[in-house]
Amino acid sequence: MSNSEPDITRETASLLNRSDLTRRLVEKLDSQEAVIGGIGFSNFDLWASGQRQQNFYMLGSMGLATAIALGVAVAQPDRKVFALDGDGSILMQLGSFGTVAAVAPKNLAIIIWDNGAYHITGAQKTLTEKGSDLVAIAKGAGIKQAFWAADAEHFEALVERTLSGDGPWLIVAKIDKERPTGVTERDPVKIRINFMNGIAAKA
Amino acid sequence: MSENKKREPWEEIVIRVLKKNEVRLVSHVPDNVLSRLIRLIEEDPYFTVISPAREEEAIGIVAGAYMAGTRGIVLMQTSGFATVVNALASLACPYQIPIVMMVSERGTLGEFQLGQSIVCRTMRPVLVSLGMEHFAIQDIDQVEFVADGMISQAFTTQSPATIILSPLLTKRKV
Repeated sequence: MSNSEPDITRETASLLNRSDLTRRLVEKLDSQEAVIGGIGFSNFDLWASGQRQQNFYMLGSMGLATAIALGVAVAQPDRKVFALDGDGSILMQLGSFGTVAAVAPKNLAIIIWDNGAYHITGAQKTLTEKGSDLVAIAKGAGIKQAFWAADAEHFEALVERTLSGDGPWLIVAKIDKERPTGVTERDPVKIRINFMNGIAAKA
Repeated sequence: MSENKKREPWEEIVIRVLKKNEVRLVSHVPDNVLSRLIRLIEEDPYFTVISPAREEEAIGIVAGAYMAGTRGIVLMQTSGFATVVNALASLACPYQIPIVMMVSERGTLGEFQLGQSIVCRTMRPVLVSLGMEHFAIQDIDQVEFVADGMISQAFTTQSPATIILSPLLTKRKV
């Protein structure tokens, strides 16, 4: 499939919806995969897609979803780990693409929702709306398997590839500015303990 | 310090204490004072070593690993500590994740860069503001007791903590 991968850019990628794609992702999980939901709308929609004990919901530390997911992936190499993050968040911590490429965890997939805006704070433009291409940046940082999702079906096909093949992976979806369909409950310790129980980790 | 027999260097004591506490993951951003410790850790197959681009990332990585069952430590310099406040205040502290940091203290006792000395002065007030346990090791005789006590307390109380390596211990040449 990689040889026939369509040549998609931010301009040619279809405009998709975060809530819809989050549900499509979660439906493909068999319950063992860990998902790290980035700050704000990324984890609001993860919460709204149905709470799983294997989900970790960030309430702060903007930009660290990929780093946290990398730590989980390294500690539990047999479990698939997803980081869900927004464009504004990952732009704060682009070095983490290089860190992921250097560590090269086979079980890690990063999914970025790119609406070109700091949506939650009033939709101010991010650098992606001004020309920065997250897939190109990730490839340049050394993540070879980095893709734009052409449309919802292509997104699902890419998710299936991350579930069956070796990573690290990066999928970027261009999304609209619809509001999330829920709001995450905000109890940090409860979230952590649920997550640790969900991935069978002892403190 | 007056005996003639060769003392075990502080780096070896730290490695022994890390192993005693089953701290297997070391994430660091380089620092000259830590260079020998980092080299010894990288050469030791007991440890998994991740060197990210930025100290904040190291906090995130060690937080994720802890939640997935692997204990870690973050090594950095004073100026690196100045960059991690948000990760401590909004991840380590509220989620009660025992991020242990070992910070080599630069900016005092002969510092030649004004910026380093000012950054250094921010560290303890920040740690106090966050309610974080911290202790500066000044003497080789304190390394084992302080490092072991702080690491074990961090994990048993699920609280982040900072072990500061004073130039009085590391004898940094300035």
